[in-house]
Amino acid sequence: MLVNEAWLREWVNPAVDTDTLVKQLTMAGLEVDGVEPAAPVFSGVVVGQVESCEPHPDADKLRVCQVSNGSQTAQVVCGASNVRPGLKIPFAQVGAKLPGDFKIKKAKLRGVESNGMLCGASELGLEDLIDGLMELPDDAPVGTDFREYLQLDDAVIEVDLTPNRADCLSVRGIARELGVMNQCPLTEVAISQVTPAIDDTLTITLADSDACPRYLGRVIKGVNVKADTPLWMVERLRRAGLRTIDPIVDVTNYVLLELGQPLHAFDLARLSGGITVRKAKADETLVTLDEQTLTLRDDTLVIADDTAALAVAGVMGGKPSAVTEQTQDIFLECAFFAPLAIAGKARSYGLHTDSSHRFERGVDPQLQQDAIERATALILEIAGGQPGPVCEAVEDAKLPRQAEIALRAERIEGLLGMALPAEQVEDILGRLGMAITPAASGDAWTVLAPSWRFDMAIEPDLIEELARIYGYEKLPSRVPAGSPSGDTVGENVVAVRRLADTLIDRGYLEAITYTFVEPGLLKQVEPRVEPLPLLNPISADLGVMRTTLLAGLFSTARHNLNRQADRLRLFETGLRFMPQAQGELEQTPMIAGLVYGSAQPQNWEGKRAADFFDLKGDVEALLSLSDASAFSFTAGEHPALHPGQTAALSRGGEVVGYLGRIHPRLAADLDLPANLYAFELALAPLQQGILPHFAGVSDQPRMRRDLAFVVDAGVPAGDLVAAVRDTCDERLTDVRIFDIYQGDSIGENRKSLALGLTFQDRSRTLKDQEVNDLVEAVVSQVKQQFNATLRD
Amino acid sequence: MENLNALVDAALAEVEQAGDIRALDDVRVKYLGKKGEISALMKGLGKLSAEERPKAGAVINEGKQKVQDAITARKTLLEEAALAEQLASETVDVTLPGRGEMPGNLHPVNRMRRRIEDFFLRLGFDISEGPEVEDDFHNFEALNIPSHHPARAMHDTFYFGDGRLLRTHTSPVQVRVMEQGKPPFRIIAPGRVYRCDSDLTHTPMFHQVEGLLVDKDITFADLRGTVAEFLRFIFEVEDLPVRFRPSYFPFTEPSAEVDVGCVSCSGEGCRVCSHTGWLEIMGCGMVHPKVLEHGGVDASEYSGFAFGMGIERITMLRYGVNDLRLFFENDTRFLSQFS
Repeated sequence: MLVNEAWLREWVNPAVDTDTLVKQLTMAGLEVDGVEPAAPVFSGVVVGQVESCEPHPDADKLRVCQVSNGSQTAQVVCGASNVRPGLKIPFAQVGAKLPGDFKIKKAKLRGVESNGMLCGASELGLEDLIDGLMELPDDAPVGTDFREYLQLDDAVIEVDLTPNRADCLSVRGIARELGVMNQCPLTEVAISQVTPAIDDTLTITLADSDACPRYLGRVIKGVNVKADTPLWMVERLRRAGLRTIDPIVDVTNYVLLELGQPLHAFDLARLSGGITVRKAKADETLVTLDEQTLTLRDDTLVIADDTAALAVAGVMGGKPSAVTEQTQDIFLECAFFAPLAIAGKARSYGLHTDSSHRFERGVDPQLQQDAIERATALILEIAGGQPGPVCEAVEDAKLPRQAEIALRAERIEGLLGMALPAEQVEDILGRLGMAITPAASGDAWTVLAPSWRFDMAIEPDLIEELARIYGYEKLPSRVPAGSPSGDTVGENVVAVRRLADTLIDRGYLEAITYTFVEPGLLKQVEPRVEPLPLLNPISADLGVMRTTLLAGLFSTARHNLNRQADRLRLFETGLRFMPQAQGELEQTPMIAGLVYGSAQPQNWEGKRAADFFDLKGDVEALLSLSDASAFSFTAGEHPALHPGQTAALSRGGEVVGYLGRIHPRLAADLDLPANLYAFELALAPLQQGILPHFAGVSDQPRMRRDLAFVVDAGVPAGDLVAAVRDTCDERLTDVRIFDIYQGDSIGENRKSLALGLTFQDRSRTLKDQEVNDLVEAVVSQVKQQFNATLRD
Repeated sequence: MENLNALVDAALAEVEQAGDIRALDDVRVKYLGKKGEISALMKGLGKLSAEERPKAGAVINEGKQKVQDAITARKTLLEEAALAEQLASETVDVTLPGRGEMPGNLHPVNRMRRRIEDFFLRLGFDISEGPEVEDDFHNFEALNIPSHHPARAMHDTFYFGDGRLLRTHTSPVQVRVMEQGKPPFRIIAPGRVYRCDSDLTHTPMFHQVEGLLVDKDITFADLRGTVAEFLRFIFEVEDLPVRFRPSYFPFTEPSAEVDVGCVSCSGEGCRVCSHTGWLEIMGCGMVHPKVLEHGGVDASEYSGFAFGMGIERITMLRYGVNDLRLFFENDTRFLSQFS
């Protein structure tokens, strides 16, 4: 909200400068976002009066004017169309400096001397619109400094109010706060009842008194809507960011800014019958003031006459019943709408108005009488007219009650960490307009909040008020005594940090990509799952929740490859979102990685491109942190990956992830290189480690036997090794593949796998014969299972 | 004995001539071996008288020793030369770069997240996580933000149209933790959050850390102390000015916004702090009784504080990152600067 300091100081004038005032507001929870001058810097401008205008001898559009500054008359050549004798205007005299460092000097315009400049509002930086000379009222004192005349040395303070402080959405509200903080009295604007001059009324029916428990109206006949709104009011509106429209609208806006009560004026001639405040009928239409045709829903409160909806209650009036230049008689509305009835409605129709902003946060339910009298008086003053009596429909029982809250000294201390003396409690709450009844015990109170502090509901609300006015900065501070948390993480659990660090130590950079991705891309990477779409995505390319982290990594790869990256090692951890049957959603923490380019940073030995086994090595490093033996790799299938270079990783018979080379078709579609490798694994299985258990150190000699088996090329090495392990008992301590050979000498479609078997007994030296027996069993088993022969 | 002298001289000359260890050994065998020429002189001692024998023996031994010393010296010399030669041949250019992988690094946001976690782990907090696709109850209702609350308009929420939404803050984890356990609670909940907003200073996804401490006798003073300690730890400024301002969050009461003295200009006023000298860093407050109630905690017995902060903002301030959007472009030229 924009509030100007001069107006504020009319209400409350503490002896502090602007900076202090602004700091006070911020520290009271009314955060000041900025302070701007009410007008840019200029000087040498006075109120001037045009005494005469003659045509310029050599220019059709220019006039030669004699202009008075109160003591002297100067000749000024002026091109504005509204210049005329008698007009009072801002007069920039020779020597004046206008905004933009524009100096006014003596000049000749088409041969005629000109001593100064008559100004429009835009030339003084008061508005953007260029619209002729700024016409000053007849009573403007000629010769007065223009800045002084309009109080332009004023500050416009932008206050960013939190939603609970709707009571501060007015000059009066902010003035109250400053009064409380500075212990300074408020100068309330004088409001008295306007005596009716006519008897005209309208009947008012509250068809939904929950939504609108109070509605005040008044007929005013014979208003002059063409009257000029006084400059002081125009200026105050301007400084609050509002433009002048006509005196009626200007007054309703002014009272909204001053007191915080939104009002609306209807053209009485356009109303038929009485006023009913009711819910809209479904599909009822209304053309709003800003000329949108709304199709209303039946949850929307409207102001209606006997034939149609006239206005969306508390949000915006309708075009057909609006005050126009032809309007003679008006019906002024001043109502209280329940916040719940208004909340969200403006937004649902794509509207947001000063009125809806206030009503949905709350307006003082006791304010309407004052506001309508204040507005009436101002209208009569500016536009004349004959007022009728105030007609009021009210259902008192439905009006919000002032909150009565019990406050205990013990809770104050319990929440703030310090006790406040009773006098101080009573003083602060009293200054805030609360009525306080102390309990006999002296350590508790019953507090009645004023009608404008409808945000007060419970004891902590009051305690916050005490803290706020006492000063947060003066409250104590301590570090809470440590009691270690109850939860413990098992020693066997591998932290995500540890997994991430392992990849980092192997050269990976961590990426964080958006969890919502482009639907087309996701369909290419994971076509088997229908992803969860966002109802209101920020843009179409961030439209669905990822079902795989690979989509983001592939995009990241492309981004970097387009920027000359020649080697990538990236990983990310985060959730993937898998829709399940019955609308369920699995949100699973995953870890995914991507490898492209040389296996190691290029060096002076030349380079080798990373392949599947580099990627697998990284995955194996991750597995080794928990329990590598619990996992198994098998040839797998994944739509994003190369069918011949994809492994499924399983733990306990359940697939927990995939790794492999990008599918060449996907690579082509995504404009990615074909030799890009990626993995994606569920995190949870990687985190289940085992507690180490010492198994003793055996000093018994180890015996190694190397065996080269020739098998069909399609036999997975992993299966062969598994068979070897299964055949032997714990005396076989290690099996490793130390050579693979394919070539003519062993036949087409055959390969040789050389295995190194290490045998050891924990307690005694193995005899040759025992080892021979084991080897023989192995040879016979793999011959039977894989048709494997020993290579000569 | 003249013969001895001649032999010794010849041996010494040959020792000097020996070009390598093997040649030297040949010389040793030739003169000092069992059948060596000098050793042979010993056999001639038998012809001498008993009186002459010791003297002559000593003279021969002296000669032998002389030769042996020369061999040893020569051997050392040759060995050193051989070693020097080997070393010379094994010399590498130590200025060539080493082989193998260099470590990568964490994303800067997660680097900061870890630092934040480390502080609170030390204070005995646990780390909790919650779902990112949340329900309306946990994201709003349970946090005292009913459906028409104006605060909802401030959370530009991503919806799925079935009551689910992307969490707009990490605060729902507070509720979930309270629902699932019994007080006292001491947790932080870091993670991704989402707002339907994208411009120079907003990304639709970002990170927050939520903190919650619920116990007996927890007051606003504990909140102030914890937050101030934390901020001084993070920015490593011992006398960092920390300011609490009244604010409003539906789920805390009293609520505060926390500012720190600008770490870029030390409070003098600069572009980073919009010339105010202060940086808004987090929101916090005492947990609202309704939130405790939703979490199944007896508000008459327990009280607590909660806080929430954006990790990106702290990361930007701490590492001088000047454009929020860089965090999610994942350009390796950016990412690799945070090792």
